[in-house]
Amino acid sequence: MPLIPALALIKAQGFRGWEYGQEVIDRSAALTESQENRLPLLQTQKLTKIFGNTHALASVDFNLYAGEIHALLGENGAGKSTLIKLITGVYRKDGGTILLEGKPIEPQSPRDAQTYGISAVYQEINLVPTLSVAENIFLGRQPTRFGFIDMRRVNAQAKALLQTYHLDIDVTRTLSTYSVAIQQIIAIARGVSMSAKVLILDEPTASLDAREVQMLFEVMRSLTARGLGIILITHFLDQVYQISDRITVLRNGEKVSEHLTRELPKRQLISDMLGREFAEIAEAGETATATMSEGAFLHAHGIARKGMLHPFDLNIAKGEIVGLAGLLGSGRTEAAQLLFGIYRSDGGEMMVKGKTITLKSPRDAVRQGFAMCPEDRKVEGIIPELSVRENIIVALQAKQGWFKYLPYAKQEAIAQEMIAALRIVTPDSSSPVSELSGGNQQKVILARWLASQPEFLILDEPTRGIDVGAHAEIINIIKRLCSEGLALLVISSELSEVVDYSNRVVVMRDRQKLTELTGDDINETTVMHAIAEK
Amino acid sequence: MRSRKLVFSLFALLLLAFGALVVSAQDGGAGLTIGFSQVGSESAWRTSFTQAVLAEAEARGINLLFSDGQQRQENQIAALRSFIAQGVDAIILAPVVETGWDEVLQEAADNQIPVVIVDRNVTADPSLYITRVSSDFVHEGRLAGAWLAQATAGQCNIVELQGTVGSSAALDRQQGFNEVIALFSGMQIIQSQSGDFTRTGGKEVMESFLNAVDPSTICAVWAHNDDMLIGAIEAMREAGIDPGQDILTISVDAIPDIFQAMVDGDANATVELSPNMGAPAFDAVVAYLNGEDLPSWIPVAGGIYFPDTAAEELARRTAGS
Amino acid sequence: MVNTKTSFETETPVSRGNLQRMLRNSRKLLFPLAALILILIGNWLISPNFFNVRIVDGRMLGSIVDIFNRGAPTVILAVGMTLVIATKGIDLSVGAVIAICGAVAAVLIDQTELSPFIVIAISIGAGVLCGLWNGVLVAVFDIQPFIATLILMVVGRGIAQLITAGQIAIFNNPTLEFVGKGVVLGLPFPIILSALVLILVYLMVRRTAIGLLIESVGSNDRASYYAGIDARAIKLFVYVISGVCAAIAGLIITADIRGADANNAGLWLELDAVLAVVIGGTLLTGGRFYLGLSVIGALIIQSIQTGIFVSGLPPTFNLIVQAVVILLILFLQSEEFRRPFTRLFMRMRKQS
Repeated sequence: MPLIPALALIKAQGFRGWEYGQEVIDRSAALTESQENRLPLLQTQKLTKIFGNTHALASVDFNLYAGEIHALLGENGAGKSTLIKLITGVYRKDGGTILLEGKPIEPQSPRDAQTYGISAVYQEINLVPTLSVAENIFLGRQPTRFGFIDMRRVNAQAKALLQTYHLDIDVTRTLSTYSVAIQQIIAIARGVSMSAKVLILDEPTASLDAREVQMLFEVMRSLTARGLGIILITHFLDQVYQISDRITVLRNGEKVSEHLTRELPKRQLISDMLGREFAEIAEAGETATATMSEGAFLHAHGIARKGMLHPFDLNIAKGEIVGLAGLLGSGRTEAAQLLFGIYRSDGGEMMVKGKTITLKSPRDAVRQGFAMCPEDRKVEGIIPELSVRENIIVALQAKQGWFKYLPYAKQEAIAQEMIAALRIVTPDSSSPVSELSGGNQQKVILARWLASQPEFLILDEPTRGIDVGAHAEIINIIKRLCSEGLALLVISSELSEVVDYSNRVVVMRDRQKLTELTGDDINETTVMHAIAEK
Repeated sequence: MRSRKLVFSLFALLLLAFGALVVSAQDGGAGLTIGFSQVGSESAWRTSFTQAVLAEAEARGINLLFSDGQQRQENQIAALRSFIAQGVDAIILAPVVETGWDEVLQEAADNQIPVVIVDRNVTADPSLYITRVSSDFVHEGRLAGAWLAQATAGQCNIVELQGTVGSSAALDRQQGFNEVIALFSGMQIIQSQSGDFTRTGGKEVMESFLNAVDPSTICAVWAHNDDMLIGAIEAMREAGIDPGQDILTISVDAIPDIFQAMVDGDANATVELSPNMGAPAFDAVVAYLNGEDLPSWIPVAGGIYFPDTAAEELARRTAGS
Repeated sequence: MVNTKTSFETETPVSRGNLQRMLRNSRKLLFPLAALILILIGNWLISPNFFNVRIVDGRMLGSIVDIFNRGAPTVILAVGMTLVIATKGIDLSVGAVIAICGAVAAVLIDQTELSPFIVIAISIGAGVLCGLWNGVLVAVFDIQPFIATLILMVVGRGIAQLITAGQIAIFNNPTLEFVGKGVVLGLPFPIILSALVLILVYLMVRRTAIGLLIESVGSNDRASYYAGIDARAIKLFVYVISGVCAAIAGLIITADIRGADANNAGLWLELDAVLAVVIGGTLLTGGRFYLGLSVIGALIIQSIQTGIFVSGLPPTFNLIVQAVVILLILFLQSEEFRRPFTRLFMRMRKQS
C-alpha cells in the first residue's frame, strides 16, 4: 500500500472514519490464504502462567504473522496483559513455549525482549515528558562523539526517523509539549527503530480523537507494509474492524477463538468475549422513557471562560438526558467543568429551579445537588488508597461537612446497596478501590455520586476504557436514573450510545455550541453531519 | 604519698593560672590603630568578649576599629579588606569558621599587616598570622579536676556530662580533667554521656545516670559546660537529690545562671571560660612590633569561682546587660 | 434471619468497623510494635534494672518512665506531623515553632504579670499563627510543603532569638513549670499531656469525618476537590494542628529546664517526628495514616536514645547505633527486604 501522508488522508476522508472500515475489510480479503501456511512470526504454544491457585493463562496458542495486525481481545481479566507480559519478559512463563521465527526464546526482561525485536508501547506512554523528543527517541543509545553525546546528530537522526512517519515536528522541543497522539507515534518510532519485528500496542487510541486515531492507523499500516507484525489490544471494537486482519479472543485465561477479522461478525465477537449470547446483552437496554414533566431544573445562559469555552447555553429538566457530542477538544469537557464549578465562569448566569446561583468550586455545585463523573478516572475520580466503601460515601460526607460523620453502619449500608445496585465486582466493601478493574472503578465513582443523592448528574465519557459487559450495564443504569427523575448530561465519543439514550443532543465544535438536535432528528448520521458541517 | 602528689599538682596548676595573670598585667600599644573583626553577638559570652576587648583598647589608648560580622564569613572578609585598605597597624580576627581565610590573610601579609587570631582557630598557613590567642580548654579541665580532687580528698565516683561529640571544647576539657584524676586512684568516671552542651541534654542524660546507677554512689557530676549542669540540677532535684550537697557539681563557662545556682546552693564551682582576650592579643601585637619572638599559641586561662563570691559575681555580670 | 443480622449491626456497628480496620492493619501494627518490644528487651539485657521503677516524693522514676517522659515532645509532634504527612505534606518548621512558643511563654511569664494560664494560651496561639502561616503558604499559595515550611524552619529560630534577646530566657513560675515537671498520680505531667493530645486528636479526626477527608485529600487531592471536599481547609487544618502540637511540645521543653533556649530547643526534632511517622507506616506520599503507630515510632526513637544513655557506651557511637537500629527497623518494614526470609520461613514450614 502506498504511503499517503496521514494528514492528507484524513482530510480526504473528512470526519467519516467510520465508513473507512469497509475498505479495510476489502483489503484484508486480499490477504492470500497461503498466509495460513506461512511460518508465524511470533508463536506461543500452550503458554501457561499461574498466580497462586489461578491460571492467569492456560495453554494459550497464539499466532502472529508478519505484515499482519492481530487484535487481542477479551474482557478485563481475560489474560491479555498476562500474555503480553510473558512475551515481553515482564513475567516468566510456567509452561509452554514462545517461538520467534520458529526458534524458541525466553525473554528475561523487556530489555531482553527488545533485543529479540519485540517492543511494546503502552497506554501510559513510558517516555520522559521533560526530555526533548530527540532525546526520548535515543535515550540510552545516543550517538556519541569523543565520549560526549553528539546532540546535532541525535536531532538530525530523530528528525529523519520521524519523517518516515510523516511527522515533521521540532525534535528539540520537550516531549510534553506535543499531543498524546504524537507522543504515541514517537513511542512507536522509538520502539520500531530499535529493530522491532513485533510491535505490541496496548490501548493506543484510548486518549486520541477520531482524527488522531486515523493518523495512528496510517502509521500502523505503513509498519505492516514493512513486514512488522503488530499485536493490538483495544476496547474499541469499531476500530478492531477498521484496522485488524486477525482477531484472537481470550476469556478467563483461555483462548476462545481465532478468526480472520473479515470472517468474524461483530455479534459473534461480542458473545465470544462475554461467553453469552448477544441477544441477552442487547435486550437489557430499552429505549429511554424520558418525560419533561417536571420542568426545567437547570438553566445556564452564556456561561463562558476565556480560552476554554465561548458563551454556552443549556437547559435541562428532571428526567431528561441531554447528550453532548463533539470531537475531543470541541469544548464538551470544558462545558461540563464550568457547569460543575471546577473553573469559574467569566460571565453569564446559572439558575437552579429558578434561583440564581454562583459556583466557586465543586463544593458549591454539590450543595446545589449537582454531581459529576469526570473524564479522567485515574486523576480526577478514584481516590486509590481509600476502600470501595469510603470512595462511595466520600462525596456524601463532603456534602454533610466535617462533623456530621456518617456512622460506620450507615456507610456500610450505602456501600452495600450501591455494590448490589450497580453490580460492582469487589471482594468486599473495605477492599482498596485501586484493586478493582477499570469498569468497576468507574461504577464506584458513579456510586459515589448516586450516594450523594443528586438532582443533576454530569457523566463525562462514562463508558471509556471499560469492557463490553460493564459498558452495557452502565448504559442501562443511565437510562434507569433518568426514569427515576434525574437530570442527566452525558458526554460521549460513542455516537451510537449518545443517539440511543438522549432526549436531546447538543453538538459542539471549536469550543462552542453548534446546534441542538431533538426528537426524530437524533440519529448517528445527523449528529455526524452536524459535527462535520462547516 | 597521695597527698604529696595532690599538693604538687595543685601547685603546678596555680602556677599556670598565675602565669596567665602575669601576661595580662602588661600594658602598651597607645596610639596604634588596630582593626578587630568579631564573629557577631550570638551569645552572652560573645558579647562580654567584645566588651572586654573594647574596654581594654580604651584603657590602653588604642584606636580600635570594630566590625561585627553577624556570623557571616563574607562580612568578616569584607571587614578585613577594609582594614587593609585603611592601612591599620594590626588586625585582630575572631573567625566564625576555620576554613577559607588563606586569601585575605595573604593580602594582609602582602601589606605587612600583622594578624592575631583569637578564640576559634583557622586552617590557614601559620606564617600568615603572628600568633593565636584562645582559651585553654585543657587547662579548664585540669582546674576542674584539681578542685574536685581537693574537695573530695581524691575519693570520688564521677558522672560526666560531655559536650557535643567531637568538639574541641569537649575533647580538651575531658583530656585535662582525666589527666588530673588519673593521679588519684580513688577517683573514677562511672558514667559518661554527651548532653550536647544544652540544658535539655544535660537533664535527660543526668536522669538516665540516676536510673542506671544507684544515685547514692555518685559523689560528683562534672559537666563540660554550665548549661548542661543546670539541666542536671533539675534532674537531681526531681529525683529527690540535693544538688551541691548529695552530689557535688563542677562545670565550665561561668555564665550568670550558674552563679544564681550557687547562690541557691545547688552548684559548687565553675571554671571561667575567659572572655578577656583583648589584653593578651594587644600584648602580642605590641611584642611583635617590638620585634620580639612570639609563641604560636597564647593560651588564656580563666579562674575558678565558688559560692562565696557568687552573689557578687552575679551582680557584676548581670549589671552590664 | 433478617432480625439477627440487624440486631448484630445495631449493637456494635462502631466496634465492628474498628475491628475490621484493625484486622486489616494488624500486619502494619505488628512491625512497629514488635520493634519497640525488641528494643526494650535489648535495653533490659544491656541494663538489667531498665524496667525498675522507684518512687521518690510521689514521683515515679526509672528508665521506662524516662522513655515516655523524654519522648513526650516527639510523641506530640508526631501526632501533628502524621496528619500533615497524610495530606502529602511535611512540616519542617516544628522545631523552630517549639523555640518560638517556648520563648514567648518564658519571656511573657518573666517580664509581665500575666496569669500563667493566659501565657500558655498566648504561646499556643503563637503555635496556631505559625501553623496558619505554613497552611496559607501550602493551601492558598500552593507552595510545595517542603519549601513552604523550610522558610519558617530557618526564620523561626531567628524570631525566637529576637524574643529572648539571644539569651536563655529563664523564669520561675510553678504553674508554667508544672507543664514540664509536674507530677500527676506519680507520672510526670508530659506523659499525661502527650496521652491527652493523642486521644484528643484521635477523637477529633476519627470520630468526625476529618480523618477520612484528610486521607482522601492525601491520596488524590484533585479527585477530592472534584468530590466536593474543601481540600484547602483540610490542609490549613492539619498545619494548624501541627503548629499547636509544636507549641505544646515547646511548652514542655521550656518548662522542663525552666528556660527557653532559642538556639537548641527542639533542634532537629522535626526530623525525629518525620521519622516516627514513617516508622509508624504512614507514607510520605500521603493517604492512610496511623496516629497510634506514629506514637509507637516516636517511642522507638526515644527507647533507642535512652537505651544508649544507660548502656554506658561511649557517646561517640551514639549516632551510629541510632542509625543502625533505625535502618534495621525500616528494613524489617520493607516487603522487598523481608521477602527472602518469608520464603525461607514458608519452605521450612512446608518441610516440617
